[in-house]
Amino acid sequence: MDVGVAMADERQTTFVHVNGIDFVADTSGALYWAEERLLVVSDLHLEKGSSFAMRGILLPPYDTAATLARLAALVARYDPRRVIALGDSFHDREAHARVSGEDRDAIAAMQAGRDWIWIAGNHDPLPPASLRGAVADEIAIGAVCFRHEPTGAAGEIAGHLHPKARVATRGRSIERRCIASDGVRAVLPSFGAYTGGLNIRDRAFAKIFATPAFTVHVLGDGRLHRMPAARCS
Amino acid sequence: MSKRGDLLSLGLARLWRIAPQLRAIGLSATVADPDSLARFLVPQPPGGTSSADLVVATGGAAPIVEMLETAERIPWAGHSARHAMAEIYDLIKRHKTSLMFVNTRSQAEMLFQELWAMNDDGLAIALHHGSLDVAQRRKVEDAMAAGKLRGVVCTSSLDLGIDWGDIDLVVNVGAPKGASRLMQRIGRANHRLDEPSRAILVPANRFEVLECRAAIDAVAENAQDTPPLRTGALDVLAQHILGCACGEPFFADELFAEVRTAAPYTELARKDFDDTIDFVATGGYALKSYERFARIVQTKDGRWRVANPRVRQMYRLNVGTIVEEQMLKVRLVRSRSRAAGTTGGIARGGRLLGQIEEYFIEGLVAGDTFVFGGEIVRYEALMEDEVYVSRANDRDAKVPSYMGGKFPLSTYLAERVRHLLANKAAWRGLPDQVREWLSMQVLLSRVPGPRELVVETFPRAGKTYLVCYPFEGRLAHQTLGMLVTRRLERARARPLGFVANEYALAVWAAGDLSAMMRQGRLNLAELFSPDMLGDDLEAWLAESALMKRTFRNCAIISGLIPRRFVGEEKSRRQMLFSTDLVYDVLRKHQPDHILLRAARADAATGLLDIRRLSDMLGRIQGHITYKELDRVSPLAVPVMLEIGREAVYGEASDELLAEAAEELVKEAMGGTP
Repeated sequence: MDVGVAMADERQTTFVHVNGIDFVADTSGALYWAEERLLVVSDLHLEKGSSFAMRGILLPPYDTAATLARLAALVARYDPRRVIALGDSFHDREAHARVSGEDRDAIAAMQAGRDWIWIAGNHDPLPPASLRGAVADEIAIGAVCFRHEPTGAAGEIAGHLHPKARVATRGRSIERRCIASDGVRAVLPSFGAYTGGLNIRDRAFAKIFATPAFTVHVLGDGRLHRMPAARCS
Repeated sequence: MSKRGDLLSLGLARLWRIAPQLRAIGLSATVADPDSLARFLVPQPPGGTSSADLVVATGGAAPIVEMLETAERIPWAGHSARHAMAEIYDLIKRHKTSLMFVNTRSQAEMLFQELWAMNDDGLAIALHHGSLDVAQRRKVEDAMAAGKLRGVVCTSSLDLGIDWGDIDLVVNVGAPKGASRLMQRIGRANHRLDEPSRAILVPANRFEVLECRAAIDAVAENAQDTPPLRTGALDVLAQHILGCACGEPFFADELFAEVRTAAPYTELARKDFDDTIDFVATGGYALKSYERFARIVQTKDGRWRVANPRVRQMYRLNVGTIVEEQMLKVRLVRSRSRAAGTTGGIARGGRLLGQIEEYFIEGLVAGDTFVFGGEIVRYEALMEDEVYVSRANDRDAKVPSYMGGKFPLSTYLAERVRHLLANKAAWRGLPDQVREWLSMQVLLSRVPGPRELVVETFPRAGKTYLVCYPFEGRLAHQTLGMLVTRRLERARARPLGFVANEYALAVWAAGDLSAMMRQGRLNLAELFSPDMLGDDLEAWLAESALMKRTFRNCAIISGLIPRRFVGEEKSRRQMLFSTDLVYDVLRKHQPDHILLRAARADAATGLLDIRRLSDMLGRIQGHITYKELDRVSPLAVPVMLEIGREAVYGEASDELLAEAAEELVKEAMGGTP
């Protein structure tokens, strides 16, 4: 059988290795640490729609519900003991207060029976006072450390940059969110419904990954596509 | 008429109300239906129609239009017309000033480069197209006005231009696309009513010979094919409503009556109008959460007014209906050796060559070569909104810049081509080699009749090909290709891809389509049944990149998403949010939202050309002829040759991503990538 076909097996679990720990990489861009029953998602940007509406750009007010529905599916699938939202969970400082009653209930339902940690981000440096959950600037567990803005430190799992990869092939260009990692650190893509991205060939990534030979896991339909960053344009 | 026409009509309606004595005069040399334009120029009374007086000028000398009689072999495919270069050059030499029209920027680049390569006489030949730097374009225009040029290679950038210089010949290289379009171009030569204009058509391939023949016949009959008056778009109406509120507070009833006097909006339903006001005010969402962020609000007496001065400011910054393609500046820099495409490490600030469409650059990888500004350049890197290229010494560009043309073959000309094909007596007016080609098709397969769709299947290199000839233009064929591919997938025929040109569509599959036809597992009447415009279309629209682009344009014109923010000059490369994602979310949560309705209406005639596809599917019902062949037919050769030249379509992005990931696996395993 052709090697390529074997690789494309959909049921295969993809792992991202960070500083000696194997995380299950989900096609949504989240990471799951099975031993710790820990789920990590980054950059939810809740209430981004209403944040723009305040400035006269009336984006559809459905983004928070859409993001939370995807997150709820993820929580149901992995049933984690602990969830870390890796910062920029809310699009602005007052965003948590604009979350509708229905969406609040959805958050509460996900939080029930598990630890929930809001890591502070540049969009949401202050705790979401109207919601439950612990708040931290960063949190270290074993050989890894979770924080919002990547510094390039070993063992770091961060977000903030919204990595996306562009792959040009056969005259077409496909652009998707991706997880970027070099085995020692990782940057997660944004999870929020309206969030754009930053191309992984941007110099911001060169500062974080010491070696230019880092890997991307491009989020596909039901699977992840692993390739060297150098393959992307 | 376009969205510009819609906005103009709404502006006129406003003027009629302010100045009832206003008199409007419309002028056109190429209008297919003068009566509809006559209605456009005067206010339409409720429930009836009113027309401006029609004055028809006559007596102009008929133009002399011929097809280039070439001694060379006419190519089977492609748009370059490379075979005719020496003959075109000879025409330039024999005339005072020649204008050479082509359909796309890349064709202009190619033609200019070829002519320059053989320009032993040092003739002053220049290049003019919309993406060249403005200063450079002005220089060409000045030189032309001063009579210093012998030839100018141009795109539609000069279609409707002012009449510079003394042009005694128009050469149209490639397909004419439409009768009226061709007449506009011919009119650039000898712009005097009493003298005939002279034009020569140079078809770039065999199908274009048919198209040129049909166009010459149409010109001789003075048959016009400008598109009919359209129904006014709702996104344009939204912009107009906000504009009215910026001017002075209005009553909804009064504005509705006024808008309906504009010919494109006479049929506007009150509900659509009210929905549009609701959209302008608070976004028109079922979830009424934006009342406090409203852009227009009602005063106590019921008038609508802008909520704050910032709304007015934002409207002014974003007014207009032309949504520009995202363009990037192209700069010439010195080549780096073999560095990979990371940003940095390259000398910045080279000479500015012009602008290029962002989506074209996105398909390139560092090191790819393409033609720009009359020379072959190598793509080096993309930095913010600038593309860095260096001079390449290659003889041929690696990446054949994009497709055949922006304008699809007009419905009218397509029909003439179908009739020409079906009428063997008319083949006498075609060059020998083209006649021979068609005769071979009669012998080996079949030439389609005017209503008929001929479908062929044949095996080739381990795959089966299905080729059909709808003659409905590339855009409609692309949509057809997407939908037929979906159906073939469901029939387990394992389709792999397709390619479309103006005349034909070729789909290839891993499954044996011919055998499936024999065994009755595949039925052509079902494969091409009009019900594909139902669920299949819906499913495809959900993910279609073309539909997302259509939506984005509506979102910008309607004022939902600003082209520019007040006081926030962000670089375009730093997207604040993705309109594709907004489309996804809106489609899921409020599928009947007014912007989706507007985008759908656009899709019928725009990039997806669904209306035309729908007409075609209706026309061919009960008129499909199937030919099982053991090899490619003569008529199929042109579209087969497009494979590898044109982008291969198919929405199977994940397959392509997997392929890209696997290339490396194979390389590592010692196989050929």
